[in-house]
This record gives sequence, C-alpha cells and structure tokens, in this order.
Amino acid sequence: MADMSPDKTKMPEQDPDVRNKNFLEVALGYTDELALRESHRCLGCKNPKCVEGCPVGVPIPEFIGHIQKGDMEGAYRALSRANALPAVCGRVCPQENQCEGRCVRGIKGESVGIGRLERYTADWALEHGVANTDVAAPNGHKVAVIGSGPAGLTCAGELARLGYAVTVYEAFHVAGGVLSYGIPEFRLPKSIVQKEVANLEKMGVDIELNTVIGKTLSIDELFEMGFEAVFIGSGAGLPQFMKIPGESLVGVFSANEYLTRINLMKAYKPDSPTPIFESRKVAVLGGGNVAMDAARCARRMGAEVHIVYRRSEAELPARAEEVHHAKEEGIIFDLLCNPVLIEGDDKGRVKSMKLIRMELGEPDASGRRRPVPVEGSEFEMEVDTVIVAIGTSPNPLIRTTTPGLDANKWGCITTAPDGSTSREGVFAGGDASTGAATVILAMGAGKTAAKSIHQYISNK
Amino acid sequence: MPEKYEIVRKKALTPDISSISVYSPLVAKKALAGQFIILRATADGERIPLTVSSTDGELVTVVYQKVGDSTMTLDEIPEGGCLADFVGPLGQPTPVDGVKRAAVVGGGLGCAIALPVAKALHDAGAKVDLIGGFRSKDIVILEDEMRAACDNLYICTDDGSYGYHGFTTGKLEELLTAGERYDRVYAIGPLVMMKMVCRVTKKYDLPTIVSMNPIMIDGTGMCGCCRVTVGGQVKFACVDGPDFDGHQIDFDETIARAATYKEFEQRRRAEHKCRLEGMSNG
Repeated sequence: MADMSPDKTKMPEQDPDVRNKNFLEVALGYTDELALRESHRCLGCKNPKCVEGCPVGVPIPEFIGHIQKGDMEGAYRALSRANALPAVCGRVCPQENQCEGRCVRGIKGESVGIGRLERYTADWALEHGVANTDVAAPNGHKVAVIGSGPAGLTCAGELARLGYAVTVYEAFHVAGGVLSYGIPEFRLPKSIVQKEVANLEKMGVDIELNTVIGKTLSIDELFEMGFEAVFIGSGAGLPQFMKIPGESLVGVFSANEYLTRINLMKAYKPDSPTPIFESRKVAVLGGGNVAMDAARCARRMGAEVHIVYRRSEAELPARAEEVHHAKEEGIIFDLLCNPVLIEGDDKGRVKSMKLIRMELGEPDASGRRRPVPVEGSEFEMEVDTVIVAIGTSPNPLIRTTTPGLDANKWGCITTAPDGSTSREGVFAGGDASTGAATVILAMGAGKTAAKSIHQYISNK
Repeated sequence: MPEKYEIVRKKALTPDISSISVYSPLVAKKALAGQFIILRATADGERIPLTVSSTDGELVTVVYQKVGDSTMTLDEIPEGGCLADFVGPLGQPTPVDGVKRAAVVGGGLGCAIALPVAKALHDAGAKVDLIGGFRSKDIVILEDEMRAACDNLYICTDDGSYGYHGFTTGKLEELLTAGERYDRVYAIGPLVMMKMVCRVTKKYDLPTIVSMNPIMIDGTGMCGCCRVTVGGQVKFACVDGPDFDGHQIDFDETIARAATYKEFEQRRRAEHKCRLEGMSNG
C-alpha cells in the first residue's frame, strides 16, 4: 500500500549558517530509512508521466519499485541503464520541471522525490563499488568525442556499451566539463564526478586530457586518424560581458573565471597555488543558476554578496531551490536593478557600481515582462568585486577550424533532431548546439547522437 | 621514447631563468612562433602559460623565470622528470607575411619569445634587426641563438656592462634617427617596455605588434581573465592574441590588471622560500 502522505520526505541539510562558511555538500542525502519511506510514495503508475518528462527516459517506477523491495542493486541497474551519470543528475537536474513536474502525486500534494531517490540509488552504488560497466564485444569501429562534459560523457558511455572504441578529448587537465569547472563542490562534489568518469573508463572509454580540438588536433585530422564519426559536445564556454564602462577594471570577473578558480583550481583551499580575489563586497550580475553558484561561492569566501537582477523574483531563471538556498545563506537580492557602469579607483580597481532601478513593462518575445529603466532612479553601490553571470555562448574554436560546419548567428552548431550536422560523420549536441542549457538536456542530446552515430556507422 | 610531458632537456640560462624541452609530439608538430602552451608542474599546481621558444622534432622548448611559487615548483622538476600537464599550441601565430624589413625588440625573458619571431621572419626572407635588452651582462640569455636568427643583433644592458648602454628603446630610437625604417616592429617583453617601444614607433608611424602575456587560466577563451582593450574593443589574449596592434592597446589597464593578485603572489613566494629554507635547515 502506497504512503499517501502529501509531503516529500525531507532530505537533511547542513545548517545555513554553518554551510555558508564551508564548501562541503549542502544536501546530505537520504538515509536508508528515509529513502525507503519516500519510495513508498510512488504509485508505480502503469502509464508513468514522470518518464515522459525525463530527457534520458529513466524507467522511474521500475527503479523506485526496486528500492521499495530493498533491492538496491536492481534499482541501480534499472537507473544506470538509461542514465550514464545518475549521481550527478540526482543532484543537479531541475526535477521540478521534468520528472517530478509530471508526477501525479504532485496534483494533490508534493511529487515523489524522484531526484532524491535517484541520488540515493547512485550514491549507494558508488559506496558499494557497484557499477554497470557491461559492454558489448568490440565492434572494431572508432568514434571521437570532443568535450568530457555531460553531453560527451553520455555519448561516450552509450557508444562504449554498443562495443565502439571511444576516445574523449578534453581541453582541461581534468574531465567533467562544467561538472568540474562550473558547478561548485557544495552542490556536486568533484569526487562524485571523478567516480562517474572512472566508471566510463572501466567500460573502455579512453579519455585524452590536455587536447584542444581546433588547436592541438582538428576534426579533419581526427578522421585521418581513423575515427569514423565525431561527436562535438564542447559546451558553451565563452563568457558574455555586459558591455558597460568599467568592465575591465581589476575586480571584475566572468562567473566562468571566478568559478573555475574555485572549483577546478581549488582556490578555496588555503594552500592552493591558484589565487582568488579577496573580496569584501561582491555584486553578482544575473539571476540564473550560474549567478547563484558564483554568489554562494563568494559568500563562502567571506564576502557580503548581492545578486543584481534586472527583473523581479518571479522571473529569476535559477531553480527555486537554488534561490532558496542562496537566501538562507545570507545572499542579498537586489531585484529590478540594472548596472549602468562600474567605477574604479586610481589603481584601476573596482570601487563602486552605478545602478538604475527597473520596472516591468509589457511582455517581450520570451513571454516575460520586459524590464524598463525608471528614469532618474540611478544610485551608487559600493563594491570591490563584480562577477558577471549573464550567460555564455559556444566557443568558436571548433566551428572556425572545421570547414563546412554550419552554425547559427549565435555561434551554435546547427544540428538536425538526430544530432547530425552539416558535415558528414560529424554530430553535435548539448550547449554547443543549443546554447547554455541544463546538464540533463545535454545528456539527452548525447544519448540521441550516440544512437544516430550507431545508425550512421552501421549503414555505412 | 621519452614519457608523456617528460622534460628531456633542461638548461639553466641564468640563476633565475631556465629552458626546458618537453616531450609533446602533437604540440611540437603544430606550434608556430608567437603561440603558447599551458603547463602544470604538479598535479595540484597552477596553470602556467608560457610562449613557445622553439620546437625540435617532438620536443617543445619553453623558457621560464622563477618569479613566484608556481615557477619555483616547476624549477624543482629535474631533467628526466615529467610535468603533470602540457597543452597547446594556443593563441594565434605571430603574423610575419609580407614583411621585408623588421625590428624585433625583446626585453629580458621576452628575448626567448623574440627569438622564434625573429627566426620566422628571417626564414621568410625578411631582413631582421634584433634588439635584446637585459639589466646587465651576467643575465644575457640566448645570445648565440639570437645572433643566428637575425641580420643585426644589438644587445643592450641597463648598466652598460655589455653592448649598448641603455634601454632597448634608446637603441631603437638611435637606429631610427640614423634613418633605418621597418615595415613592422615587434616588441616582446615587460609591459612597460612594450609601452615605451610603442611610444617611439608611434612617432615614426611604424606598425608595431606587441605580445601580451596577461593572467589566464584555460587559454581557450573560457574565462575571460586575459581580456585586453584594443582600439576600444575587448579582446581575449588567449584566442584573439596574444599579439595585438601595440598602438591600439590600453597599456595602463593591462598594467593594472597584471597586478590583480600581486599581494597573493608575494605572500606565496615568501612562503615557498620559507619551505625551502626549512628543508635545508631541517
């Protein structure tokens, strides 16, 4: 009999006043008891809406059914069949808009905590050394994957399972892409990412670090080396700036830079050789998940932190949970404000920012009400650090060095729904083709492209 | 065969400056004058960008100066040891096409980068004057190599202990006053030197290319840390450069940005020295 409690079983968290001074994980995960309780809230629908909401089609009622019976290995096998990075997705997926958003339990109460159960199952497997590394016999075909972020890792995993020899090329010295350089330790511990990567390596995936495709090797050279297909999952790593005066002052950073120093280069550790700016008062420009991550990192480094966003709270693009966590940790939200310019001192260092108040006008093309400046409402804000988190676009390195590879005016590689591009044998997916989006959408694209690559090579 | 990222050859050029030749066949095959690599000495180390000084078969040679904690750690790896990471070639090559007469000005460690630029110009058929500036005679590096890569080599020392007595700009101005004219001047060295070279060449309206070496992390356009303002436009040195039109660069901004982590670096350097002394005492 299902547990008809209207509320999700709560997951223990670090106290906000403690966690805003450390980089340990915020959410602590379910205990066996809590997971079992939550699993019984799933009705095991015959026609599960939740699965339709999942970009990689995780068989949700099936894996939760195994938890109900105490069969954790079965739960993990069901989950990992569809999802190459379950410990990651259980932590960073926007479940409220996907699986959980479709859950029938959500009509009269809270949905089943699918994400929490996914995390519980994946963590159980990592702790118990259980991995689903079954692969088909080698089929003699080679595929190259560019980028070791969520799209690339998923594509590589799917192809390895089918018996392909897969090489993943990564520009950085660590695999994981945005999972390693972008998402902070307190939301996604890097040890978890590395364990998921290690599982792929156990499946025979070869990961070549320190290789910049477009510089060290070109896509044409990859074909010359005997790869029969190439998947581009190079993400959207190029930071955008506001294009306002003062943006090159010392103390203005892209969120990419700030987060990379902290996450990838571990600048939060006192003995790190990579420096981080010592900030007293920080303004983070933007209202997305990356803005929340940057703000929460700066807070943990000891600064007073303000989120500056030009629309109102309802329009914040970040997940509600991230906004909630940020507020709990003492981050101040300056909504309906837009920066006009950044002022520096005589040493070229940030000393303040001039802002203007905004109000919401008519809806724009995105359907959101357009923010318009309130005339004469400019004001000064004293800050020593400005972190720009208004978005990223795809890196041009690959598109500019690959003749015949089409991209749109934003630099996103043009793809058909099956992931194919204008170049034969070249497929793409994730942020490289959509522009900045979510981990799980990139994984979905990696999975789709893997299927298409399999078809393409099989039919050759 | 050497191991991946092995330091196959290591040579101390001065007590503070060393050259290492690293086994990295893919980078060696592609790297052109003006491009750079990023290395990490150890598995928890900082990413250090260094411009390629030369390539030889499967080896890439870079020259570094022990200026901080990270380069001091790099210097502790002996010949035969391996670097943790080595990636490249990054950035755009220095443009040398269509230049018949060139002056290449290098300052200190910058001479290690001026060398391949002079060589590329020389190999492409240009007549090259190479001006290399150093504080004094005992820290002159790569003199023979530089002499072989140009038509006229002018070594300058600040203290007059060797060659021309004075700064590189003094020598350059002397040549220009004597009537020398160049299709292009290349300046590679400390920011202040490049700024002063540009001030001289501006007077003579000589196109001048400078090689920027701002703080960077990834070297592929991802962090935006290396941004420089060129002709009022923000450019990323790692992907758009590192070479830019010297007359368009906002040097004052670049000089301020280079000092972003000055206090941190001074502290780390002092700590590193303490650790070394602690070891030798203990």
